[in-house]
Amino acid sequence: MAQIAGTDRGAATVAKGADRVPGPPGARETRRLKKELGQESGLVHRRWWTPYLFLLPGLVLVVLFSLWPFINTVILSLTDAQILRGGGFVGLDNYVRALGDDTFWLALVNSVVYTVVVVPCLVFLPLALAVLVQKKIPGIGFFRSAFYTPVIASAVVVGLMWQWILRSDGLVNTVFEKLRLVSEPVPFLTDSTMLLVSAMIVTVWKGLGYYMVFYLAALGNVPTSLYEAAAIDGAGPVRRFFSITVPTVKPMMLLVGTLSAISALRVFTEIYILGGESGGPGGDSRTLPFLIRQVGLGFAGETGYAAAISILLFLLTLVFSVLGHRLSKGDES
Amino acid sequence: MSTTAPVAEKAAAAKRPKRYSRRVVVGLSGRYLTLCLMLVVLVGPIVWQFLTSLKGRGESVYEGVLPSDPTLDNYARVADAFPLFQYVGNTLIVAALAITSNCLFAAMGGYALSRAGWRGRKTVFTVLIATLMFPFESVMISMFLTVREMGLVDTLVGVWLPGAVSVLNLMIMRAAFLAVPKEVEEAAVLDGANEWQRFRRVFVPSAKGALAVVCITSFMGAWDDFLWPLIVLTNSDNYTLQLGLKTLAGATTVNDQRLIAAGAMAALLPMLLLFFALQRYFFRGVGEGAIKT
Repeated sequence: MAQIAGTDRGAATVAKGADRVPGPPGARETRRLKKELGQESGLVHRRWWTPYLFLLPGLVLVVLFSLWPFINTVILSLTDAQILRGGGFVGLDNYVRALGDDTFWLALVNSVVYTVVVVPCLVFLPLALAVLVQKKIPGIGFFRSAFYTPVIASAVVVGLMWQWILRSDGLVNTVFEKLRLVSEPVPFLTDSTMLLVSAMIVTVWKGLGYYMVFYLAALGNVPTSLYEAAAIDGAGPVRRFFSITVPTVKPMMLLVGTLSAISALRVFTEIYILGGESGGPGGDSRTLPFLIRQVGLGFAGETGYAAAISILLFLLTLVFSVLGHRLSKGDES
Repeated sequence: MSTTAPVAEKAAAAKRPKRYSRRVVVGLSGRYLTLCLMLVVLVGPIVWQFLTSLKGRGESVYEGVLPSDPTLDNYARVADAFPLFQYVGNTLIVAALAITSNCLFAAMGGYALSRAGWRGRKTVFTVLIATLMFPFESVMISMFLTVREMGLVDTLVGVWLPGAVSVLNLMIMRAAFLAVPKEVEEAAVLDGANEWQRFRRVFVPSAKGALAVVCITSFMGAWDDFLWPLIVLTNSDNYTLQLGLKTLAGATTVNDQRLIAAGAMAALLPMLLLFFALQRYFFRGVGEGAIKT
C-alpha cells in the first residue's frame, strides 16, 4: 500500500511537470476539442450516467480510502480522540501541543535533515549514472537492468541486507578493523545520528536506479546535433555536459528533486529495519511517519494528536511540491 | 578565421585516425571500468547475500565470498524456522486480489475518464489528481480507523482493499485509451456494439501493454509493501512475506545470517525473475504515468 501510494504521489507531480515540459503548447487542448467535436458530430452517444457506472468501483474506493481518510484526518486533528474512543472538539490544541513537544521537534528535524541530505544525492548521482549508461555500447542493456535491481527489492530485504553490512560485527566494520582504520567498530546502527546516516545511504542506494530511468528518458531528448556542434566548437566532454546536458535535463532535475524530497519525508521502513521498532537508540532516529505510527496506534493510541502530526507532515510535503512547481515555472519564463 | 579553418582541419584529419582510436579505446575502457564499479556497488550486496545463503553451517559468513561447498540447506531450514510458504501464500492472495481489482477497476474508470463530453468529468478528474497529493503516511491512521470500522483489521482483505485501485493505474489506463483513434470507436458503434462491448472488445484489447504495466505495479506493491500490512495485521498467521521476514530477522532464536539471507532471497528472487522477464514493462511503468496524464 505504501508502495502504491508512493508511486501515486509521484505521478501527480510528474503529470504536472510533464504538461509543461514536452510537446507543443496546446496539444492537449486541441486533442480534447477534437474529441468533443467527435462527440458532437454524433456517432457516439451515451447517457450521462454511463461514465459514472464505469467509474463507480474505482471512485468508491478512492473516496473511501483516500479522500475520506484525508478529510477525517483533518477532523481528527481538531479532537482529542483516542484509538478506543471518539473525542471532543479541542480546536488547535493538538497543533499547539506538537509545537511544545520535544519528540515532535526531533522527528521533524530528523525528517528535514534526512530530506536535505538525500535530495541532492538523488538529483545528481542518478544523472551521472544515466550519462554513464546512456551511450549504446555492447552490454549496456545488462548494466541498465542490473542498476535497477535495488529498486525492485523490497525495503525490508534491502534493510536486512544493509543491516548485515553495517552491523558492529558486519562487513564494513570487519574490513575497517582488518585495515586497522578504526580501533573499535563504527556504531552505524547503534548511534542515533549514524543510524540516520546509514538509512540515508540505503535510501540513496535504492533510489539511484529509479531516478536513473527518469534521466535516461530526459537525456534521450537532447539532440545529438547539439553535441556535435559543441564538439566542433572545441568544447570538451565536461564542458558539453555542463552547457548542454544540464540545461536540457534541468526540468527533470527539478522533478526528481521534488519526488525524492517527498519520498524522503515518507521514510519509515529503512529506519524500522535498521534501527528496530523503537526507532533507534532511545527512539532518537524517529522520523515523522515513524512518530505518527507510534503515537496514533496501539492500545493507548492518541489518534487526535497523531492526526495533527499527519497534517503537519502533509503540509511539509506540500511545501516541497509547491517549491518544485514554482522553480520549474520560473525556469520556463 | 574562415580561411584558416579548413586548412587546420585537414591537418587534424591527417593526424586523426590513430589518435582518435586510442582515445576511444581509453574512453571506452574507462567507461566499462566505471560501469563495473557501479555494478559492484549496486548489485554486489545482493549477490553477496545470495552467495551467503548458499554457505554451509560450518563456513564463516564473512570470510571468503564464494561458498566453498554450496548447499540449498538454508532454504530448507528457513521453511522450518518460519512458515515461509504460508506467508508466501498470504502475499499471493493479496497480490492476486490487487492485480484483479486494479486491472478491472482501473480499466473501467480509465475508460470513462478518457471519453469526452459528460458532465462532471473535469471535477472527477480534479478530485482524483488531488488525492495523489496525500502521502500515505499522513492518512494511514484514518485509513486504519476506516478499515477497523469495516471489521477488516487483521484480515488479508483489509491489507488489499485500500490499494484495490490506485489512481496512478487509473491514469495509466486513461492515457492508453486516449490513444485509441476515434474512427475505431465509431466503427464499433456502426457495427452496433453497445458501450460495454466497445470497452471490452475494442478498447481493452488495444491497451494490453498498459494493462501489463498495471499488473506489474500492483503485484510489486502487494509483494514489497511493509508499513500497511504492519498496521493492519496482528496475528502472525496472517502475515505477508515482508512482515514474516522482519519477524524472522528479529527473532533472537534465529541468529544465523545464512538463514536470514535465504529468507531475503526467497522474497527477492520471484521479483527478480519477473523483472528480467518483463523489464520493458517495468521501465515503461516509470515513464507511463509520468508523461501522459
